[in-house]
Amino acid sequence: MPQIAAYDSKIEGNVIFTQLDAAMNWMRKNSLWPMPMGLACCAIELMATAASRFDIARFGSEVMRFSPRQCDVMIVAGTVTYKMALAVKRIWEQMPEPKWCIAMGACASSGGMYRSYAVLQGIDQLIPVDVYVSGCPPRPEALLEGLIRLQKKIEGESSFLNQKPKLIHELMPEIEERTPPRPSIRGGVTGGTPSPSSLV
Amino acid sequence: MTGDELLDSLSRLLGAKIQSRIEFRGETTFSIQPEDLHQVAKFCRDELSFDYLIDISSIDNFGDEPRFEVVYELYSMTLAVHLRLKLAVSEEVCAVDTVSDLWPTADWHEREIYDMMGIRFNNHPDLRRILMWDGYPFFPLRKDFPLEGLPSEMPDVAFTSAAPMEGGPFVTQPSTATAKDREPRAKRPDLNQ
Repeated sequence: MPQIAAYDSKIEGNVIFTQLDAAMNWMRKNSLWPMPMGLACCAIELMATAASRFDIARFGSEVMRFSPRQCDVMIVAGTVTYKMALAVKRIWEQMPEPKWCIAMGACASSGGMYRSYAVLQGIDQLIPVDVYVSGCPPRPEALLEGLIRLQKKIEGESSFLNQKPKLIHELMPEIEERTPPRPSIRGGVTGGTPSPSSLV
Repeated sequence: MTGDELLDSLSRLLGAKIQSRIEFRGETTFSIQPEDLHQVAKFCRDELSFDYLIDISSIDNFGDEPRFEVVYELYSMTLAVHLRLKLAVSEEVCAVDTVSDLWPTADWHEREIYDMMGIRFNNHPDLRRILMWDGYPFFPLRKDFPLEGLPSEMPDVAFTSAAPMEGGPFVTQPSTATAKDREPRAKRPDLNQ
């Protein structure tokens, strides 16, 4: 845990000392604007989580921006069919760094009950997922727990190095040992068409 | 006229065109030849007031000859009568006349049948895939297509792969046992309690 200096506003005034990582992670985790990739029934529970009873805005997800350019976290809520899969990947690539992904529900995590010709067996075949929320559909409380787990994960991240991971790893390859790049799945975070040969 | 009178009159008027008439629990099914479909359907719609085409579906009798059947569910809203028309389509022909000029809803039903079963519809205004994407090489609901799918690739459009089956589709067997015993269990014994 990063050390944060003890703070007494009468003595020190309105200045605190902290680590850059801690401050940036605090700002990022408390304002995770979701990109709701609501594809099927889990989207209804996502709407319920955003409504007044469970209120995801309490945790910083104030607005569900439907433009990927303005979002931090993509919540893939619902069955990802092969027809939709590349569109989801395209939206993911349009989101600016830093970005995270929550796979909500059984279908987004692993294909769910649909072991069939038309359903992608988990969105983690195409994009890197940070938190999997199980359930069919998960209760709003479960999705909030997933969001809180994501916030805890963000607390522990190296915030600046996550900003432009590919660029940094190109310029300073030795950094790769300390912070390995996000898992590059099926063509990487930016671009590349997936090929089926790498699947089971 | 009542429903029964209507269907009797249909039998008499169409006569030879009807290959068989089955009645089961109040549901009437006529089997006709694919060549007569448009004429019979137009007669049903115009003369007999079957103004509502509820559904068109298709059956794959893999191994039988002729291989496919196409089933039309008709309904008369004024007389509250249901009617089913069945055609047998062989695999070599694999084509049927469209009825979308009679009932516009048939447009999408026929596109779905083309997408899933591969049966073409003559004179269809826009016959292309509706659930899968254009260029998908298979017909998924045929009996010789595996449940888990087959790999395919269309760069920048879509891809598919075979889903992992982990021991096969787990199907509940019908019996009088309790649900705990009817439901299939995991194949690895250490995963059971």
